[in-house]
Amino acid sequence: MIEGIIVEGLIYGIMALGVFLSFRVLDFPDLSVDGTFPLGAAVMAICLTGGMNMGLALLVSFTAGFIAGGITAVIHNKLGVPSLLAGILTMTMLWSINIRVLGSRANLPLLRTETILTSIRTLGEATIGETAALLIFFVIVVLIIKLLLDLFFHTDLGLTMGAMGDNEQMIISQGVNPEMVKIIGVGLSNGLVAISGAFAAQYQGFADVNLGQGIVVSGLAMVMLGEFLFSSNRIGLLTLRVILGAILYKAIMFFGRYYGYYINLTPNDLKLLTGLLIILSLILTKYRSKSLKFRRPAND
Amino acid sequence: MIKLEKINMIFGEGTPDRNHVLRDVDLQINKGDFITIIGSNGAGKTTLFNVVSGNKRPSSGKVIVNNKDVTNHPEYKRAKYIGRIFQDPLLGTAGNMSISDNMLVAGNKGFKGLKISLNRKKREYFREQLKYLDIELENRMSDNVGMLSGGQRQALTLLMMSLSRPELVLLDEHTAALDPRNASKVMELTDKFIDEYGFTVMMITHNMQHAIDNGNRLLMMDEGRIILDISGEEKNSMTVESLIKKFHDIRNKDFATDKTLLS
Repeated sequence: MIEGIIVEGLIYGIMALGVFLSFRVLDFPDLSVDGTFPLGAAVMAICLTGGMNMGLALLVSFTAGFIAGGITAVIHNKLGVPSLLAGILTMTMLWSINIRVLGSRANLPLLRTETILTSIRTLGEATIGETAALLIFFVIVVLIIKLLLDLFFHTDLGLTMGAMGDNEQMIISQGVNPEMVKIIGVGLSNGLVAISGAFAAQYQGFADVNLGQGIVVSGLAMVMLGEFLFSSNRIGLLTLRVILGAILYKAIMFFGRYYGYYINLTPNDLKLLTGLLIILSLILTKYRSKSLKFRRPAND
Repeated sequence: MIKLEKINMIFGEGTPDRNHVLRDVDLQINKGDFITIIGSNGAGKTTLFNVVSGNKRPSSGKVIVNNKDVTNHPEYKRAKYIGRIFQDPLLGTAGNMSISDNMLVAGNKGFKGLKISLNRKKREYFREQLKYLDIELENRMSDNVGMLSGGQRQALTLLMMSLSRPELVLLDEHTAALDPRNASKVMELTDKFIDEYGFTVMMITHNMQHAIDNGNRLLMMDEGRIILDISGEEKNSMTVESLIKKFHDIRNKDFATDKTLLS
């Protein structure tokens, strides 16, 4: 049970890292996530059933997500549309595209297809057991992604991205085109989301166009839950707490699903629970920042 | 070096709110000039800066830098040779990042690649530069800029701007939002940097004494026009009183036309 929660948390944690990048680093509230998550799943599924190399299939999923995110940024940049609307446009268009990717159907089962996870499972069966193998595999995958992301945020481009989310005028003053930074940033964010979708499809054994419904909200809840664990300005810890927040979120959802019937909670209520979690986080953050302001030392 | 030719700026053309902010502004900025600009609210000072920096495109007229027409170049391209400091200390730095990260972003202008250039050598260089400010920021390099006071932030912005040695520096009342002590500290640093690097500067100020004490050239703006452009001996002999008198003399001429219109 606990392994299942952690594995799910890690899979969706990759998506939460993407949401963290757009919402927190870039300050670009991006809803295309609801479309790029199933896009990643669909691309992965169709590539695998077509017999493509698994690593390559993952790369194609990432690229598809990156392009979709880039399109959101371009709509925002060139048409002067708020990022929220640009994201909704991309998300809506992706629903049709995802059905086309899946070959004019809404669902593609992967039960008889060899995936990255089936090979991990067979590897595990012979040695340390299926669940343990999956757990180790995802810990490694998420750790690699997290470290690469940390490394990226230490590059000049990564630092510029962080600065832009805080103060776009500063970036312009430093001779950087903010439109370009947004395209790369939102693209990267949705590339991560697509990878997460690709793993989710393999984990659940199917790709479905409705896989992404409301996913951006759960991603946001994961990011916000993480922010309650500890505060820091070191990027390594910031990304770590996103992943921990994702696991925590999955744990809360698990308990909501399994023990919720004591208070008449059904699985249908989980979206309500997610929303309430976010509202609770917002209230607590507001309260906390107020007390923080009070305590701030008056330095010169 | 930088030339403005017949710049007109009209906001809300074709609406009842039509506002003619800059009227036929011609200006030649020479290398090494330190120009101070005074004028009442709405005289067009900040709009003039917006046109020079590329933040706003003029309705008509040309901006020429080193004999090249840059009127249609976007702000981020011009930022490679124009440095600008705003009145709001928050606009020049990113509050959620450390001092050294901020300095790194400012270090080399233009698109940033996937290089990791914040190494020990660079950090040491930044520390040296911060010591130059003499406000003990060199010991707080990994602190977030958001924790600094307005004066400290503006001093840091000044330092970051000078790291790239811009050809033209625009100071838009950059001490106006600070308390008197910090304002004079930042102004002192400004003078130090200008002396050290020989910057060409345009500075908007509300303080007439500042405008007289600093720089080699003084512009007075009113209703979208440059109504006074003095330099050298004429500027040095100015006092606040004589400046106000001059302002009234010129305005009176304007008023005369209004009076005849009314009578």
